[in-house]
Amino acid sequence: MESQPRIGVYICHCGFNIAGTVDVDQVTEYASQLPGVAVARHYTYMCSEPGQNLIKQDCEEQQLKQVVVASCSPRMHEPTFRKAAQAGGVNPGRVEMANIREQCSWVHKESHDATEKAKALVASAVAKATYLEALEEREVDVTPGVVIIGGGISGLVAALDVADAGYPVYIVEKSDHLGGRVADLNRTFPELEPVSDWLPSVVERVQSHPNIAVFLNARVEKVDGYVGNFRVQVSGRPVPFSVGAMIVATGYNVFDPKRKPEFGYGRYPQVMTTLEMERKLAEGDLTVNGKTPKDIVFVKCVGSRDVQVGNPYCSRVCCMVSAKQARLLKEQLPDSRVTVFYVDVRTFGKRGEEFYDEARNAGVLYRRGSVAEIYRKGDRVVARVEDTFLRRTLEHEADLVVLAVGMEAREDVTDIAELLKLPRSADGFFLEAHPKLRPVDTAMDGVFLAGCCQGPKDIPDAIAQAKAAASSSLIPLIRGKVPVESATAVSDPELCAACGMCVDVCPFGAPSIDPVWNVSVVNAVLCKGCGTCAAICPSKAIRLQHFTPEQILAQVDALVW
Amino acid sequence: MGDLPTSSPDPLARASKPAAVVIGAGIAGIQAALDIADAGFPVYLVEREPSVGGRMSQLDKTFPTLDCSACILTPKMVTAGQHPNINLMTYSEVARVEGEAGAFRVTVRKKPRYVDEDKCRGCGDCAAACRMTGRIPDTFNQGLGKRAAVYVPFPQAVPLIYTVDPEACLYLTRGVCGKTFKCKDACAAGAINFDQKEQLVELDVATIVVATGFDLMEPRQKPEFGYGVYPQVLTGLEFERLSSASGPTMGEISISGKKPKDVVFIHCVGSRDPHTGVPYCSRVCCMYTAKHAHLVRDKLPEANITSFYMDVRAFGKGYEEFYDRVKHERILYRRGEPSEVYRRGDRLVVRAEDTLLRKSIEVEADMIVLATAVVPRTDVAQTAELLGLERSPDGFFKEAHPKLRPIESNRPGIFLAGCCQGPKDIPDTVAQAKAAASSAMVTLSQVSRSRAA
Amino acid sequence: MQVDTLELSEKFNLYGCIQCGKCAGGCPVSMKTALDVRFLIYEALVGVLPDPAHMEELWDCTCCFTCVERCPKDVKPAELIIGLRSLLVESGTIPKTVTDALQGIFRQGNPLGFAREQRADWANGLDIKAAQEGCELLYFVGCTPAYDLRLQPVAKSLAKTFQKAGLDFGTLGIEETCCGNEVRRVGEQGLFEMLVEDGKPLIESTGAKRMVTTSPHCMNTFKKEYGLSGIEVIHYTQLVAQLLEEKKIQFSNKVERKVTYHDPCFLGKQNHIFDEPRAILQAIPGVKFVEMDRIRERSVCCEGGGGRMWVEGTNIQERLAFQRVQEAVETGAEVLAVACPFCLLTLEDAVKVKGLEDKLRVMDIMELVNLAL
Repeated sequence: MESQPRIGVYICHCGFNIAGTVDVDQVTEYASQLPGVAVARHYTYMCSEPGQNLIKQDCEEQQLKQVVVASCSPRMHEPTFRKAAQAGGVNPGRVEMANIREQCSWVHKESHDATEKAKALVASAVAKATYLEALEEREVDVTPGVVIIGGGISGLVAALDVADAGYPVYIVEKSDHLGGRVADLNRTFPELEPVSDWLPSVVERVQSHPNIAVFLNARVEKVDGYVGNFRVQVSGRPVPFSVGAMIVATGYNVFDPKRKPEFGYGRYPQVMTTLEMERKLAEGDLTVNGKTPKDIVFVKCVGSRDVQVGNPYCSRVCCMVSAKQARLLKEQLPDSRVTVFYVDVRTFGKRGEEFYDEARNAGVLYRRGSVAEIYRKGDRVVARVEDTFLRRTLEHEADLVVLAVGMEAREDVTDIAELLKLPRSADGFFLEAHPKLRPVDTAMDGVFLAGCCQGPKDIPDAIAQAKAAASSSLIPLIRGKVPVESATAVSDPELCAACGMCVDVCPFGAPSIDPVWNVSVVNAVLCKGCGTCAAICPSKAIRLQHFTPEQILAQVDALVW
Repeated sequence: MGDLPTSSPDPLARASKPAAVVIGAGIAGIQAALDIADAGFPVYLVEREPSVGGRMSQLDKTFPTLDCSACILTPKMVTAGQHPNINLMTYSEVARVEGEAGAFRVTVRKKPRYVDEDKCRGCGDCAAACRMTGRIPDTFNQGLGKRAAVYVPFPQAVPLIYTVDPEACLYLTRGVCGKTFKCKDACAAGAINFDQKEQLVELDVATIVVATGFDLMEPRQKPEFGYGVYPQVLTGLEFERLSSASGPTMGEISISGKKPKDVVFIHCVGSRDPHTGVPYCSRVCCMYTAKHAHLVRDKLPEANITSFYMDVRAFGKGYEEFYDRVKHERILYRRGEPSEVYRRGDRLVVRAEDTLLRKSIEVEADMIVLATAVVPRTDVAQTAELLGLERSPDGFFKEAHPKLRPIESNRPGIFLAGCCQGPKDIPDTVAQAKAAASSAMVTLSQVSRSRAA
Repeated sequence: MQVDTLELSEKFNLYGCIQCGKCAGGCPVSMKTALDVRFLIYEALVGVLPDPAHMEELWDCTCCFTCVERCPKDVKPAELIIGLRSLLVESGTIPKTVTDALQGIFRQGNPLGFAREQRADWANGLDIKAAQEGCELLYFVGCTPAYDLRLQPVAKSLAKTFQKAGLDFGTLGIEETCCGNEVRRVGEQGLFEMLVEDGKPLIESTGAKRMVTTSPHCMNTFKKEYGLSGIEVIHYTQLVAQLLEEKKIQFSNKVERKVTYHDPCFLGKQNHIFDEPRAILQAIPGVKFVEMDRIRERSVCCEGGGGRMWVEGTNIQERLAFQRVQEAVETGAEVLAVACPFCLLTLEDAVKVKGLEDKLRVMDIMELVNLAL
């Protein structure tokens, strides 16, 4: 603890997000009276340049030693304010934030209560600030190289960018071929060129690239290390790969239409999925049950936009896939009647709407209504559906029913998810660090996402995202260094009894018992600062920097008193 | 071009490291620049407005998370402004591009702000004192607000440096400003300088990223909706400004002080419509209209809110769930594309066929928001010519291969990022910007290696 | 009659509806009546719902809940119909046959017009324990099996089976009152709540750990709508299948018949019990089991539920039950097995009307079990 704290307190309005509910004048006035506070101000947007300059200038001119910013969640701007303080000569470890937005103004409507709470939160942060210590900023060297899990189109494209930039890439693919699900497709929308026109050249480029090594029939078994220094154990390889970054491109699962028994998939040979139809189109065999279909029906949103099967999300590509196949079928079987039953037509992509127009002009009939049931009538099937424009329920007879099945998160990647500690969104796909501004980063530094494992998408979007993941990987590789967490746990050798509890509980393998000194030593680079070891240590030998007992108790005291 | 090629010293001149130019500093340009700069390469980020931020800085909240746009954008803006590897060139335009991949020469015209960048502290006293204060339509606020002739586009601008609008300033347009320059008198830092001239800077770069963004269709192209005739008819972007805390009404949703009771949203105004020359889908409107409906519900709990649509395109991650949520907020989605808006007394009437009801209906409204089509920038033809870029039939810049090479342009070494290649939302824009950065980094790495060799 | 559509929209969560039409598309009566539940939802949402008093088709709904089971946005369309029926009940504009049935339930505890005191007559000579004295298994007989002569053999068969299996079971005797499943579904919420208020403590006081019903309708409401605690509610097919598996009962006689099975809506669609009835039938020696096409989740409603035992409906010409028995005949089956009293009555009626008595017999599973035991 500093002998004489000199704390600068900054209350942010965040426009009306905070100031609309919390009386920022009152809070600032209150803050200025708190012990240790040298200056207290409020401003509309602390994260803006003038806001940050306020901090920087006060740090310099007022010789501040600690900084408290009462604003949004630290997840938004902690790095911003740490940098601002640092620019003014204050160690970034001596910056504390009070969340008076997500934890105050955004959840409480009553202004008086919100203001009182904001005051309490500020007092708590100020109390902690008096005990804050300097933190050391660390950088580690980066081992050049990237492991890419998954050899589908996303994995391939990411690999090419990293390799072209001059770095080694290791692709780990669990099947026996590259190309993933795209390899199973016939022609792709909207250009309708055959996949065989372009995919083989991509695969070939990858296979012949001097910087890329491909491992088929292989799985990632173990991952140790941290960003810049991952050690990846791959099945069948005696030596783990040492790389600086990892890209997860494990793709998706196809929804099993048996989970919608009302469609009769598996009972009627006339009912198939879009993927099965894709094979038929590729093979050129459009007969069903030995006959050329006269009446074809497309059922959309099978397994998507459906809370009954636990998939409330949209699978993004099925509207275009249906339009594509419907159009191809109509063109190849001009005497057939092709009907697409829909609720919304989501042909949003580049040339997507035009493609939808062309499908209809080619004679594909779009009728609005969601098919409720499929049953048999003689040797045909019947789709029972209400045409919502006609306001009439129909029994639409057909010889072929194509189910536009949606995408789901893969189940067989729980091992990857666990190995890499990747969280998932509510829809089951991997969760990105920020849905808008960090679409390929994950909570694990150095691990990036590409393609459908992060969410359903079409090929151009998957490729763009794969390149984005490549970019994120290249940054540490090209720079050669990467910063690591500074608020880590530290063990006091005088107090440590080497009981080993810290070693047992750490999810990151950071503490270990030193064989010579027989005390716990925490690897500051592996440590993510979660605090579990500090909580469990019976001797209180481990302290988590930036969350020491003195600091936390000071916070509690300030709240209670 | 002018005959005053006063080129300024290049602060990033490093013989060993090749550099990139990013044209446009909206979220796409900023993200691309940050990635390239983080990798250690010098980047020139050229932006023709006085501040970086682009369209995203005009937004209130963003779908589907309802993050406040400024909150998530400003850290990136500030980082870009302070990054040791980024040379921010705001209020500047690219004048010429020569050369080829690995060795481009880009000439940038730095327009005069008439404000000394080193002296200005962003205090705003000049704007307050300006004779024209409150009289100039504010383009950032889509013309809904007024500002002075000297201005910053919005409070969180980066850089926070005032700029004199050469088309609004009395002195610059008419040669005289009363007896004395009010702005100069007010400025304690002595930053106003009417002697500034435009500068031309020549940059040697290995690669170029184009992130010039989009415009919205002029709504008068669909005159049946009464835009420009009825003040209660707004575009989506105008609504964003109304809803923004930093907007002309400080976030209050009202027209001329009156809060609406009945609000109607109309999808697909101009999009999916061969008549307007926009046969394509603008991709973002379904979602931002849902967001707007939510914002209205948030601020006007008793309002009747109706959204007219043809298809609801809630396709992205979390989008369908957001759409569900919005409907549960008592926002009525009615299927049918309205054909007309007309007046009845002091209210407006929206005429449409409700295709599910199978009936023609009239819905009264006192505020109507049009989801106008996303179109290429009005000067896209000039930009295309300047950069030697081809355009797709929809008018946006053309990618080298629609599937395999979505960010490469027809010109090697020049990459596309963001809406200049086609309408897209923020997550897709950021991904694409990073994709462009990746391609740029490949080129930069290769050039770097060949220089070292 | 004025309807507050705003209140309706909020109460029944109609805003979530995307008008996909899956409800109307799967509705068994949507092709033979004017009932279009999707359209009703939309009319309510946009505030143009016509006076329900003029909507005769509201009484066509069988409450099969296919719409509820399939709605991708978790709107419950059938609940809107029940809600509208409630409004009609409150205003007194309901069909007379419904009123009669409700009055019967109110007065005598059953809709069939019989006296309460006769409710246990079917069990004469069977020596069944009174559940009120305490038992492990409460057998809830139900109004139709108790009073209807055609259904009484089913109840008797069940009682005998439980006795053979040595189960500690009892019935409520003449204290047993209508479960109210149909009462709620015709919109008489007040009477339903009264039935629950009286029935719940009565059932719980028996101390039974399990309650088994003859009718899937009773099972449905006890399981989902009564809020019973400490007692597991099952249908007899679940129990009998379990007894077979545990070898507590054995089939010793052969029943040489080709049998097909009709999934009742309240057992199948709504409670996902498809396998146990089939397991029982297939365990009967001599039975050749064949399936129809529209089985399990796609079963065709017999039009017996939702008060339809009391209301003819607007279109009686093409009763779905007729179509159903025809389908059964086409499989070559001689017996159409059912597991619900309403299905039994409506399908048997259909066989008679279509003159198929010599081709097809409609029998409850327990009648077949009785032959086999």
